[in-house]
Amino acid sequence: MKQNKNEEIGIKKFSLSKLLVYTMLIGISLVSLFPFYWMFVMATNSNNMINKTPPVVIPGPFFKENFEKVLDSIPFFGSMLNSLIVASSVTLGVIVLCSLAGFAFAKLEFPGRNILFLFILGTMMIPPQLGLIPQYFIITELGWLSQLKAVIIPGLMNAFGIFWMRQYIASGVHDEIIEAARIDGCSNFRIYWNIVIPMVLPAFATLGIIVFMTIWGDYMWPLVVLQDQSMHTIQVALRSLMDDRVRDYGMILSGTFWATVPLIIVFLLFNRLFIKSITDGAVKS
Amino acid sequence: MSLELEKSVPQTPKKRTFSQKKKNIVSGYLFISPFYLLFLIFGLFPIGFSFYLAFFSWNGLGAMDFVGLNNFVIIFNDPLFWKSVYNTIVIGVMGTAPQLIVGILLAFALNSVLIKSKSLFRVAIFLPYVTSIVAVAIVFSVLFSNQEFGLVNSILSIFGIEPITWTRSEWGTKVAISAMVFWRWLGYNTIIYLAGMQAIPNDLYEASKIDGATLRQQIWHITIPLLKPFILFTVFTSTIGALQLFAEPHIFQGRGGRPEGITVVVYLYREAFDSNFFGTASATAIALFFLIIIISALNMYFTNRLGNSSKVGSK
Repeated sequence: MKQNKNEEIGIKKFSLSKLLVYTMLIGISLVSLFPFYWMFVMATNSNNMINKTPPVVIPGPFFKENFEKVLDSIPFFGSMLNSLIVASSVTLGVIVLCSLAGFAFAKLEFPGRNILFLFILGTMMIPPQLGLIPQYFIITELGWLSQLKAVIIPGLMNAFGIFWMRQYIASGVHDEIIEAARIDGCSNFRIYWNIVIPMVLPAFATLGIIVFMTIWGDYMWPLVVLQDQSMHTIQVALRSLMDDRVRDYGMILSGTFWATVPLIIVFLLFNRLFIKSITDGAVKS
Repeated sequence: MSLELEKSVPQTPKKRTFSQKKKNIVSGYLFISPFYLLFLIFGLFPIGFSFYLAFFSWNGLGAMDFVGLNNFVIIFNDPLFWKSVYNTIVIGVMGTAPQLIVGILLAFALNSVLIKSKSLFRVAIFLPYVTSIVAVAIVFSVLFSNQEFGLVNSILSIFGIEPITWTRSEWGTKVAISAMVFWRWLGYNTIIYLAGMQAIPNDLYEASKIDGATLRQQIWHITIPLLKPFILFTVFTSTIGALQLFAEPHIFQGRGGRPEGITVVVYLYREAFDSNFFGTASATAIALFFLIIIISALNMYFTNRLGNSSKVGSK
């Protein structure tokens, strides 16, 4: 059956080109996957074994020891928790604030609506480094240095999220439903809470994944404002593993491995949703 | 509200809509206000203050001294600043241009009906994107380690190439950092191209095949022109991303950084948070802002033309 179909709509019919395509796909997949394997190899070998020629290419017995060294060197679990707190709070906050604003832009009439919306789109063009230095001093003035809210609160400002939710609500929530709710005496907030939110949950998933990934991986801003080691996010903590003059690669990659694994597991479980979310988020803007 | 309804429905619908209109205005402004409030504090004010600070000399603690354009004079006379601009552009081109080309080819392969286990390939290629930039930078720092036993050096030694001190060599650094960018973003761009290609109707390919078009002609005259919005998007985002490169060089070359790998944002960071020259750092931020505008505009202009010319060619 497959063969027939290929005859009809196949772009390439020669097996040579097919072979070529497979070779390329397998090659690139191996390139994509190899660093993960290698991270594991390093994480399970002692530094002595790593510092040899030729290099080790198979997993060794130092899995536990290397991770224990990580725990001695950085507050690994504390940093993971900090990252989780920051990324979850920002994600939750962005979802609520952006859908609320998106609802207003999509369904409520108010003077200046279009200009205010265009303004939000315009802010997406501003490189984040432009305000970096004064932002740092604002955080200092507020007394938020080395507090997680220094990352959480500015993170709630998300122009893309508003754009995304506006587009979704404008097409996904029909005016009749809102009109009907109004006749029943619902306030705008109640309409948002009871009617709009249940209807836009798929958009929440997409936005949530994008925001969580962005905040989880953010490096520069947490590096600037979270200076106490106990307040480091995992990204900042991982970098500090590289500070030792004599680098223990087994230990460094053990930390990196354990910081990467949870995200990989979540991704593998929900890979369709993940890929769809990232593509939608990119393509529709 | 219910009271109004009774009155309004039969006779004066205008009154109801008017008061509803007012309510909508109030809730509209209320619902969008958090963004503007946050933007005022963490966006607009800092940006304005950056422009202000660029004309002052300030170490973060003492008084600010007005120095006019002097901060700009200082950075424009600093060879390291120009080095950082050069590095940013070179790494940007090396990291993104091959990536976008390979991404298109890869998406084309994944879109081909002959290929089985597509979703498996998709997951494998996309996996690097799920890895944080810091993790990528660390793993590649170890791959491209200066020592003989570093993996890349070991592989090179098979071909009789002497070990390269990657973090201290002009091109070694750039190759290593570009490799990080390439590896992490290839899957992301491929998936976007794939989404674009799936929107292209198969009839077009069939029709072209009947007309005797080769594979290359199909890519050049059907796929590329119809993919243009997606290509523009990826070129735009990768350009901006490349110009803001920070974590990769900052981790690869260590905290102090080195001239071979310094990017504009690393330069800015060092001026501000290592040297406490907040005036020149702000001037750098402004220079970066204009650099981003200029390069994005140039890039969009040329990418746009590329699409057009191939469209003309297909007619």
